[in-house]
Amino acid sequence: MDFRLGERSEQLRQETAGFLDEILTLEMLEECHRTGVNHDPRFSKAMSDRGWLALGWAVEHGGQGRDPLEVLAHSEELQRRNAPTYAIGTTMMVAQVVALLGTPEQKAEILPKALSAEVIIALGFTEPENGSDAAAAATKAVRADGGWTITGSKMFTTNAHLADYVFLLARTNPTAKKHHGLTTFLVPLDQEGVVVQAVSTLSGERTNITFYNDVYVSDSWRIGEVDGGWRVMGAALAREHTAGFAGEQHRLIEALSGWAEESVDDDERPRCEDPAVRELLGRNRTELEVSVLLQRRAAWLQAEGRVVQGRGSMSKLFSTERLERQAAAALEIVGPDAVRSYGEASAPQGGRIEHMVRHAKGTTIYAGTSEIQRNIIAQHVLGLPRSS
Amino acid sequence: MDLSLTSEQTQLVAAFADLYQDLSTPEVVAAAEPLGHVPTLWVKLISTGALEMAVPVERGGYGADLLDLALVAEQHGRFLAPAPLIEAQVAARLLARMTGEAAGRALELCLSGQRLTTLALRPACAGRAELVPAGAVADDALVLQGDRLLLVPLQGRATFVRNLGAQPLADVTLGEDDVLLAEGPEVVALVSAAVDEWRVLTACALSGLAGRALEIGVAYVKERKAFGQPVGAFQSVAHRLADRATEVDGTELLVREAAWSLSGDPSRFRELAAMALGFAAETARDTTYDALHFHGGYGFMEEYAIQLYFRRARSWGAVLEDPRTSYRRVQDSVTARVVA
Repeated sequence: MDFRLGERSEQLRQETAGFLDEILTLEMLEECHRTGVNHDPRFSKAMSDRGWLALGWAVEHGGQGRDPLEVLAHSEELQRRNAPTYAIGTTMMVAQVVALLGTPEQKAEILPKALSAEVIIALGFTEPENGSDAAAAATKAVRADGGWTITGSKMFTTNAHLADYVFLLARTNPTAKKHHGLTTFLVPLDQEGVVVQAVSTLSGERTNITFYNDVYVSDSWRIGEVDGGWRVMGAALAREHTAGFAGEQHRLIEALSGWAEESVDDDERPRCEDPAVRELLGRNRTELEVSVLLQRRAAWLQAEGRVVQGRGSMSKLFSTERLERQAAAALEIVGPDAVRSYGEASAPQGGRIEHMVRHAKGTTIYAGTSEIQRNIIAQHVLGLPRSS
Repeated sequence: MDLSLTSEQTQLVAAFADLYQDLSTPEVVAAAEPLGHVPTLWVKLISTGALEMAVPVERGGYGADLLDLALVAEQHGRFLAPAPLIEAQVAARLLARMTGEAAGRALELCLSGQRLTTLALRPACAGRAELVPAGAVADDALVLQGDRLLLVPLQGRATFVRNLGAQPLADVTLGEDDVLLAEGPEVVALVSAAVDEWRVLTACALSGLAGRALEIGVAYVKERKAFGQPVGAFQSVAHRLADRATEVDGTELLVREAAWSLSGDPSRFRELAAMALGFAAETARDTTYDALHFHGGYGFMEEYAIQLYFRRARSWGAVLEDPRTSYRRVQDSVTARVVA
């Protein structure tokens, strides 16, 4: 056994750290925070210039052919530093689906632009009336000459106000069983009938609700087979479910230990010597270690070509649930001052703990709620009957 | 990164799984209570080389590394083996790191199986070492008193204490004929490192215990029906087991990493050992809680094996420290490493 990611991975991590020191300025991070948009075109461009948008793709498809452990070392570093990668992430996830299932024309149109950070693609799965039950999508796509007319709405289409396309799941066959009547489309957003309306969230992240009023989409923008959308979704979501949130935990520990070193209690004793503070920091470090290990295991299994199903869910479930708990505990241990908001000059650690309390809650919901992850683990790892 | 076992390690795991499967059945474990010691199992472990493997070749052993011992400890835990293997291994490794003649003799005697030597996990206080693991069945205990490491013959000095985990724990009184093995800061550091090895191996045993308890719980909820369906088809049951399965997997990774780090990443060994024990103890506690709970009333009956797991999950690590103490130690170790 060897728990190190390996020389190539560590070298890439070093390069990534150096890159972030240079490119990811405080001003850029503050701008992302102020606007609630986890995207910066300068950053995306710099990533693209390095060839880092598709590290894991084969060289002949414009990638670097890196193995999953190298890709992970890179993304661990990006997450730890809170780099603005949200739009990059959704775009490349869809680009990968296009690379896998798209037509030659779709590939020619999308892939070069995705690799050069000249296109942004938002995700359009969730709707106002369904979230976890993604296959219950009610947004309709009806045949119109040479294409489709789309009617409906999509919720939490983050970055849709900046995006060129939304990767949209629509019902094409209302009489088929719910998983069999769905089709996916890349819908160009800059057209009549599309309305993007801002939705603000607990963490200050800006997302959107998007409305589609008789929006025409050429059949050439259909991804995968008609009524074969659920299979396309499977390819897309498998990636999302292996996500981990160790980076957030790392930042929370930094904020909490920074506070503990700089502050004293009522009796002028340093907080870092307080047994309760030491216990919490030690616990958080332990949970961070486990989060890192679960995510690395999923990447290692993938690199070995072995079954990942359920193991990625464990990484997502554990890292987000523990992050949420850690943020709540940090708020309590810091005491009254912890409620001072991010950006307040008087807030401890610039309000990073206050902000993490807001941010953490979202992580247990998006990218597959904890309940969905538990269903996957119960069925696919433990072999329990499909539950209700 | 490589999380797979070598073929030698796979064979090692299979050999000990077979041995425990035969000699440490739930019936044997239950019958060995309250003392928690089965001499035939111990003799078999000694003759298999389970103690010799822990000691370097140049000191008369087979020179296995801590990761190999960890894999054996996982099996030990899975089968709740009533034999003081972990304490004896840790004590032998401690003796093997010492240079004195008395330590050398003590090591020879325990490797040959003539004396069973254990280690007091906490220093003696007011002439007493308390809750010494295996103290009720061992011949000698290594006990730290201040900065002096003593070899304490236990005959007539150890008082067995009935306990939650049915372990052979004893309170030990120091005496006139204790042998001074070494004194000074070096030996204090050696004992501290030995206790860290105990943390790791006990964490591995708890990891194995939790993994097996989860299997027992999952098997039960697949079989048992209520309201016309398997109990495991209810989300209130399935979701808790999914959480436990996640923690069990995380524990296995963490305890193996801790064992690996002794040679693979030594600067982090101390903090990883504390992480491993704290997290494994919590996982074993929570997993046995749910696995027992989902048995309903049967889980509460002595007849069912799950209660054996439930009690040991709460006892094995607690003999040294509770998880909160482990976590404080994690933080203190990180602080010390960063300062260094």
